Amino acid sequence: MSQFLQQLINGLAWGSIYALLALGYTMVYGVLRLINFAHGDVYMVGAMVGYYFARWMAGGSSVPYFLLVLAVSMIACALLGLLIERFAYRPLRNAPRLNALITAIGVSLFLEYFGQYLFGADPKFFPSLLPTWEVFNFHGVILNNIQLVIFIVSFLLMLALRYVVLKTKTGKAMRAVSFSHTASYLVGINVNRVIAWTFAIGSALAAAAGILVGLSNPKIDPLMGLVPGLKAFVAAVLGGIGSIPGALIGGLIMGVAETLVAGYLSSTYRNALAFIILIVILLVKPTGILGKSTQEKV
Amino acid sequence: MLMKKILPICLIYLSLIGIGCKKKGDGILIGEFASLTGSTATFGQSMNHGIQLALSEINQSGGLLGKQVELKVEDNQSKPEEAKTAVLKLIKQNQVVALLGEVASSRSLAAAPEAQKSRIPMISPASTNPKVTEVGDYIFRACFVDTFQGESMGRFAYQDLGLRKIAVLYDVKNDYSVGLAEYFEKTFTALGGEIVEKQSYSEGDIEFRAQLTTIKGKKPDGIFLPGYYTEVGLVARQARDLEIKVPLMGGDGWDSAKTLEIGGKAVEGSYYSNHYSAEDPSETVQNFIKKYQEKYHEVPDAMAVLGYDAAHILFDAIKRAGSTDGKSIRDAIATTKDFQGVSGMITMDPQRNASKKIVILKIEGGKVRFHKSLEPS
Repeated sequence: MSQFLQQLINGLAWGSIYALLALGYTMVYGVLRLINFAHGDVYMVGAMVGYYFARWMAGGSSVPYFLLVLAVSMIACALLGLLIERFAYRPLRNAPRLNALITAIGVSLFLEYFGQYLFGADPKFFPSLLPTWEVFNFHGVILNNIQLVIFIVSFLLMLALRYVVLKTKTGKAMRAVSFSHTASYLVGINVNRVIAWTFAIGSALAAAAGILVGLSNPKIDPLMGLVPGLKAFVAAVLGGIGSIPGALIGGLIMGVAETLVAGYLSSTYRNALAFIILIVILLVKPTGILGKSTQEKV
Repeated sequence: MLMKKILPICLIYLSLIGIGCKKKGDGILIGEFASLTGSTATFGQSMNHGIQLALSEINQSGGLLGKQVELKVEDNQSKPEEAKTAVLKLIKQNQVVALLGEVASSRSLAAAPEAQKSRIPMISPASTNPKVTEVGDYIFRACFVDTFQGESMGRFAYQDLGLRKIAVLYDVKNDYSVGLAEYFEKTFTALGGEIVEKQSYSEGDIEFRAQLTTIKGKKPDGIFLPGYYTEVGLVARQARDLEIKVPLMGGDGWDSAKTLEIGGKAVEGSYYSNHYSAEDPSETVQNFIKKYQEKYHEVPDAMAVLGYDAAHILFDAIKRAGSTDGKSIRDAIATTKDFQGVSGMITMDPQRNASKKIVILKIEGGKVRFHKSLEPS
């Protein structure tokens, strides 16, 4: 029993990372109907920025220092998101959707291989920005503060995002744009600016995921975003792509399912599972757990 | 227009003449192919340093058969297909009498069939996969094989550490790791120990808590972790986070500064097997380290030692053969017996593998310390 609880904790902490990444996929998809395959690589850049900034600061490990590194990395990635949107996706705004999708794959490959050139292909050790201690140890079921931080930061960021989307003017504009580009344009919404905002926020969330994974699994390299990116995409589809709470639920389910499969069956099935889940959802409930079904207009 | 078409043909022709006329040097030409650039560049560079050191020694002492020894080095960019091209070039174009290389088994395996076909003896300094020398009777290695490494760690765990219940966590994508796990298990269970849990991961994974939690449930008194340094440090950290306090053990894949950098306190008290230790007090080892440091200003790693040993085994064989003919050199390498190398007393076994001692290292106080050495049984 204690083993099962431990696996559950492992899975929830791991799933929170997927959830943060899935939020970015879901936002961009909601507004632009674009699956931004470069999202996983923005997450890699987030971890790298954190790594180099922390090394340059050499500030040891404390809470304010961690928050500073987190903020710097999120801002850097928000800027990167703006650049990607401005130079890769905006010129294709009126092109068929497939063109944008292929461009997304191109951006992803560019970030991965330019990253290898820039940072080197060898894995790097992410500094421990926070001291580690056990939050509780109940009959061998251990939760340490890093896992708790991952969970809390993910949850807070999701709440903040929900607040932005539902309560602010920008959020209202986002929802309008996701409903119809043309109609938003007609009522005076600057569509390009709203889309740019969406990319900035989504990329900042990816950066946060990058820093958190650096804390709990401190080995980073330029190709680290590839597989988590794909799995977070599956998590977003599972939760219902376009839905913010859906992304969180999808991410957590994904993390727990993977951990249980690796713990009780074999780690070899871990990656297969993600895609089995994807196929099953597409067959049974194509809109995901919390997704709304939309009728295709003719 | 005509000029444009003819010029390249002329150039090709001229270069062909160039090759044809290439004057064969008066010395003995040996070819080396190494990963001087690319993902495992440190392997190739260390090996090259070791070989260059051996080369300058032999030439200072008058060369071989009254001639100076020359070395032609080809880079293979850490890619198997380039290793094959490099070896073809060395054999056909430079007409080397023997080959030294490679560290990685995958690249040795790509190149070995060419050497075998042309009847040019090849010594791999550090490829531990058993398949490498199975390519043919012209292929040798200057290191032990994974079977021996796995067996030694199995014996060490049972007899020296007194462990009885061991869990294995191996990299299912890596032949080296799968092989080591298998040989370890065979020896350990034959001695009377028990493998309580076998879990796997895939190269590049960063999350191992699921497997480790399952392992913890079986309460082993040691974990065998035959992976590469890229994952070992992370596994160790996560194991300690889950309060798994038993010793970890591994093979020569741990041999990198990264193991300590990533693992930190988590790898304290772990053991792994290797080809040599810089702390080995024997005179041969310490003399070698001194010479190496004078030339390169760094402490040699295992790859440098094996490169150095491989080169000297080859020089010794050419001397005994008294000829640079491929067949005579091959026969001389095959009869190498009790050759005093830096990595130990080397004897070629009938499968063309170097049979010699293995060194067991312990991580203690943030440093890798020499623990003990085991002779082949």
